[in-house]
Amino acid sequence: MDPNTDILHSIAAAVNNDAAMVHRGRYVDLDFLLSIGADSHFLTISQGRIAAITPGGGLMRPWRFAIHIAPEAWKKFRQPLPRPGYHDLFAMCKLGEARIEGEIHALMANLRYFKELLAHGR
Amino acid sequence: MAAKLGVEFEAAIGRYMTVEIQGRANRIYFETAGQGIPLVCLHTAGADATQYRHLLNDAEITRNYQVIAFDLPWHGKSLPPVGHHLEDYNLTTDLYVDTVMAVCQALKLEQPVIMGCSMGGRIVLQLALSRGEELGAVIGLEGADHQEPWYDTEWLHRPDVHGGEISAALVSGLVAPQSPDEFRWETLWGYLQGGPGVFKGDLHFYRVDSDYRDRVGDIDTNQCPVYLMTGEYDFSCTPEDTLRTAARIDGAQATIMEGLGHFPMCEDPAQFRRYILPVLDQIRGKT
Repeated sequence: MDPNTDILHSIAAAVNNDAAMVHRGRYVDLDFLLSIGADSHFLTISQGRIAAITPGGGLMRPWRFAIHIAPEAWKKFRQPLPRPGYHDLFAMCKLGEARIEGEIHALMANLRYFKELLAHGR
Repeated sequence: MAAKLGVEFEAAIGRYMTVEIQGRANRIYFETAGQGIPLVCLHTAGADATQYRHLLNDAEITRNYQVIAFDLPWHGKSLPPVGHHLEDYNLTTDLYVDTVMAVCQALKLEQPVIMGCSMGGRIVLQLALSRGEELGAVIGLEGADHQEPWYDTEWLHRPDVHGGEISAALVSGLVAPQSPDEFRWETLWGYLQGGPGVFKGDLHFYRVDSDYRDRVGDIDTNQCPVYLMTGEYDFSCTPEDTLRTAARIDGAQATIMEGLGHFPMCEDPAQFRRYILPVLDQIRGKT
């Protein structure tokens, strides 16, 4: 099992059990790619629930947008009290430790949802 | 519940005034408390003067300072000028300076200290430079002479994205992670309720019309002392941006504040108090 599968499944369980989170994401239906270094997963969001987590970035599978985070930065981001610069997705982007690409309208229109998803349970 | 909690009136009072700015009438809301040296407080882009409610109600500050916090036109309870529905709001350096000075003149403030945060922390540099002889000092919170943009402001005002929700979600990362939830969400509420395009219009000033790197070295801190204070979690105006700016201004004092982000006065008032009280003491010559 790749290094981030466990944490992503624990995030999914927590998000799906968080009624307020699911409600915030009720208009979100899409797949996005989360890459931690070379370790990639497709996250399938269905009406605010994380319906599936599929490992593998080389599947020739479409995604709406992709978030790439350096492995060390992801570790720092997931700390209970992250250091400055590693406490927020956009902070990591500004530092060059994360990168967002693709059709980001759904990300921006639901930005609180996606930021809280990535930070859930830290 | 309300009966159990009782009633607690605050020291701060609010008023409205209509002032002329660049030939247009502007109905402006302000809050004030205390007596002594005028301390005029400028809110961040896309927000309002509620951010300063903790200073307005801090007896240790209002014993020596008359704290005044106003909503810029288009923000909070201040109205946009007549005709606003036919124009895009774009703040400029000139309009911002004229607005601050119009408020100071309307209230007959003598040698006020101007404290601003974020874009307010930027404009105080211009005020110190061009109007320094009229001011007691300036305090720039999360202020610098320039900073690198970190997102496309076009996202802030378009029909298919809620402007308040995206503004709050963007700036949420600028609040330090350890700031109390109560105050984090109060701070973000200011962004959630902003008028359409107002945050973007403020950022026109911040991004397009306020690169002061070539001029801050001309500030005379003997005439107008400059204090810069930035939170360690601010990745918009970074500690490095503030320290670089302070290094260019002879006599400027810079402080990097631990455990704080881009909204020190409202995201964690108790933590900010530890840093601002000594500066206010210094300004009034106590230390």
